[in-house]
Amino acid sequence: MKLLDRFFAGDRAALSRVITLLENDRARRSDILDRLYPRSGKARRIGITGPPGSGKSTLADRLTARLLQHGRTVGIIAVDPTSPFTGGALLGDRLRMQGSWDDPRVFMRSLADRNHTGGLSEATPHAMTALDAFGTDVIIVETVGVGQSTLDVSDVSDTTVVLLTPESGDSIQAMKAGLMEIADVLVVNKSDREGADRFASELKMIVDMGRWEEGWKPSVLSASARDDTGIDDLYERLGAHGDYLAGEGRLQARRLRQGRSAIEKALAELWQGRLTALRESGDAMDRLSERVARRELTPLAAAREMMEEAAD
Amino acid sequence: MEQAIMAENIRVLVAKPGLDGHDRGAKVVAAALRDAGMEVIYTGLRQTPEMIVEAAVQEDVDVVALSVLSGAHMTIFPRVMELLRERGVQHMLLTGGGIIPTSDAEELAEIGVGKLFGPGTSTRDIIAYIKEEVGHRRVADEI
Repeated sequence: MKLLDRFFAGDRAALSRVITLLENDRARRSDILDRLYPRSGKARRIGITGPPGSGKSTLADRLTARLLQHGRTVGIIAVDPTSPFTGGALLGDRLRMQGSWDDPRVFMRSLADRNHTGGLSEATPHAMTALDAFGTDVIIVETVGVGQSTLDVSDVSDTTVVLLTPESGDSIQAMKAGLMEIADVLVVNKSDREGADRFASELKMIVDMGRWEEGWKPSVLSASARDDTGIDDLYERLGAHGDYLAGEGRLQARRLRQGRSAIEKALAELWQGRLTALRESGDAMDRLSERVARRELTPLAAAREMMEEAAD
Repeated sequence: MEQAIMAENIRVLVAKPGLDGHDRGAKVVAAALRDAGMEVIYTGLRQTPEMIVEAAVQEDVDVVALSVLSGAHMTIFPRVMELLRERGVQHMLLTGGGIIPTSDAEELAEIGVGKLFGPGTSTRDIIAYIKEEVGHRRVADEI
């Protein structure tokens, strides 16, 4: 049986294999996605992001347990960083998710970011498409530990959960500019630690001062994923956000915006491919760099010329 | 059909089955494989054969590497091998390390278990072995 036939018959090993091909095999990626994409779009997609060590994996594990109690199937994509020096990666999120991935209704995949910026790996949206087309009810995507400007997760999620800890306090001004803006729900994890209450009220103040989409102001929840407290509140807020999105075509609007951003990324990827080919073919680069060195041509004009050639 | 195998694409599950809590060896090997450019999924202590194989399937690894120091290698390796076959992923290399007598390793090799490494093995040897084996084990799928 061919791989995608096994996939559509519900074979989990085939799902796993498909994700690998989407990650590694650029030549066949688009053929596979042609088959999967039309069947995706039904899953509820929840992004979890936050600084390193804030407890994202543990929270994902607890949330998964709640989803299972409510009869949902769950797919988890957990992204960890690749070393820029060796290309290797240690993917340890399973360690923190011992409670859930062993259940036959859960499929969890660890992905290395392969030095892609933005907090997710390049193949993460494709892996989510695979889980979605496979019929998974809820997809949880967990980013690498992030700070500012690693906000890709909001491009692939219906609801983005930003996880902070009381220790995140000092960087709160910085987070106002990035991480805070993508949050649909804010969670102060490790709420048993000193300063947690004060931190949560500071966050609430910032949320109150901010400008938010009409009808939805991010709530600030306190939780301790380790002790499994506050998770029911989170589950309830996620449900409320789902209801909010369902109203007045909001989900549709969000997905339109995400579609736009996905096209932009694909466009950039295609351009990048052509430019790389052009650069590696050497001719244009050799010819133009000589002219730039002789001051006959500005670097910008040379780049423009290369781009025109790449477009042909 | 066969694509070039690059080290950064090799995925290895490192797991520690059984009840003994000695995971230092497993951690050293995990770090060494990472530094050799591999993607290492570390699942930690006290894994059952069922959990190990389930994780291997979900992660679609090339290699399952087990650290067994408890003396239970003659039950754990055959059981994991059996489950890999049941799940149709017998192309995965099952290897590992621990204190394993040569005669036991030979017996395990007969049922398809790969090389098993004893204490004091250079991680370089393990890396070389994995790269070599994965090179001719990968299967090409028709989509």
